[in-house]
Amino acid sequence: MRIVAKGLTYVYNPKSPFPAKALKGVDLTIEEGEFFGIIGHTGSGKSTFVQHLNALLKLSDGYLKIGEYDLADKKCNFLELRSKVGMVFQYPEYQLFAETVEKDVEFGLKNFKKDLKDEERAAAVKEALQTVGLDYRAVKDKSPFELSGGQKRRVAIAGVIVTKPEVLILDEPAAGLDPLGKKELMELLHSIHGGWCKTIIIVSHDMDEIAENCTNAAVFSDGKVALQGKPSEIFSHTEELLSLGLDLPVTAKCAKLLKERGIVLKTDCICEDFVEKVLALYNAEKGGDADAQ
Amino acid sequence: MEAVRFENVKYSYREDGKEYAVNGVTLSIEEGQFVAVLGRNGSGKSTLAKLINALLIPSAGSVKVLGMDTSDSKKTFEIRKNAGMVFQNPDNQTVASIVEDDVAFGPENIGLAREEIGKRIDFALNAVGMQAFRTATPSRLSGGQKQRIAIAGVLAIKPRIMILDESTAMLDPKGRREVMDVIKKLNREEKMTVILITHFMEEALEADRAIVMHRGEVVMDAAPEEIFSRSDELEMYNLTLPRAAAICKRLQNAGLPIKNAFNAEELAEELCELLQKA
Repeated sequence: MRIVAKGLTYVYNPKSPFPAKALKGVDLTIEEGEFFGIIGHTGSGKSTFVQHLNALLKLSDGYLKIGEYDLADKKCNFLELRSKVGMVFQYPEYQLFAETVEKDVEFGLKNFKKDLKDEERAAAVKEALQTVGLDYRAVKDKSPFELSGGQKRRVAIAGVIVTKPEVLILDEPAAGLDPLGKKELMELLHSIHGGWCKTIIIVSHDMDEIAENCTNAAVFSDGKVALQGKPSEIFSHTEELLSLGLDLPVTAKCAKLLKERGIVLKTDCICEDFVEKVLALYNAEKGGDADAQ
Repeated sequence: MEAVRFENVKYSYREDGKEYAVNGVTLSIEEGQFVAVLGRNGSGKSTLAKLINALLIPSAGSVKVLGMDTSDSKKTFEIRKNAGMVFQNPDNQTVASIVEDDVAFGPENIGLAREEIGKRIDFALNAVGMQAFRTATPSRLSGGQKQRIAIAGVLAIKPRIMILDESTAMLDPKGRREVMDVIKKLNREEKMTVILITHFMEEALEADRAIVMHRGEVVMDAAPEEIFSRSDELEMYNLTLPRAAAICKRLQNAGLPIKNAFNAEELAEELCELLQKA
């Protein structure tokens, strides 16, 4: 499903003494199949934007279409839309609630697909738990609160992907995890991307994570999209990003410092590529020197 | 003076005493040190922190804070006055609806006089750079600002030791920078002992000393640069290098004659020298 937003505007508490304009005309298209990154500092409107994508926030002004679903249309089937656009909130483990892992994970399924038979539902839960790397038989009857932090987050994600949403949105999915937990989580996302889950959208403060994982990205600032494109393009706008209070990936920071000293390194900001480009430059210069001698 | 002393400390959350979350830790932290504590989720870092300010009492062994034993319940109040703790979630640490009232909560509880409380609020808000928000509402502040208010609340009781348990985890890069700058300033200017638990390897680089926990034990204890030079060992404990250091390592492995670099600036410096020489 292609996501097209045009002139999206949203105001919190519109008729109160504290109206807050969170979105001021967002124009953004996210193609099917992308692993899309959304960047922006706190208060830039990124969460407000993603909450529109499965109609958690009602469209107040502008145009938003997700596949065939027109969110401006009052007759739009929101229930169906929500089963196809899954949303994993920040620290999703805080939303676990049921007595057992199995009951927690099947909750979404019970609401979205009411006509499923018991054994079909159990099979779907099993598959979702396996997808997130948990042993179904070992955890299904445990209380989700007995599990470790990383496991809890996996259960919470299983509860969203159990309906196999075509679009999966994750708000800061790796926040608070240790380095290995982060790596495993990104691997998990890549493993489901391209199958039933066609599009993945992650909101992240970690520029290296965006550079390493995303096909395209958008930078939000002051309720609008300030920059969009491939991560390598976005991170070439170093001054603009820094003025927006954002960081650069280590590779881009390093390339910028080298450029200031007259060494031009064209890198797409992925570690692998950066290493290759440095080696190529080194070998070329060394080779050049040898020729000169 | 010794700020914190752990003597063969064990702690178990279970009644039967099996499975130690902290398993035989002996450790000494001098006053004025800035110590980063690293380790996987579940390695015992937070338990270690809670043992310091007597939120937990050791199952075996002893913990002394500024010479006071945490198992002596008569000393609990004095220990907590001297070892303040800042937690992960900024929203869970606010008690009042106005910033100055929130910061006053600690001083009020230790029974300070009204004028003194006023002075403490000034001092604490000044230290974290939030004077302008004295009468603001915490819920309307950003995450970084809220976390600075939480630090101010701890500072207002003038502890000699500050423990931060993943206090930057929920913040954006700017908020994280703000909090780190405040911590470093307090350590440098007020000589405050800082114990920083973190998953960000880059933050550990700013400390004087880094401790790695694994399955309840302290398995590495050295200067951060040294810890990050022992990458094979780190890998065993499921930790990673700071990103710049990881890139540096890959370049070294590919045969580039460069020295160890731990951040983007150092890496750029090394590469610059190399490429200009070549």
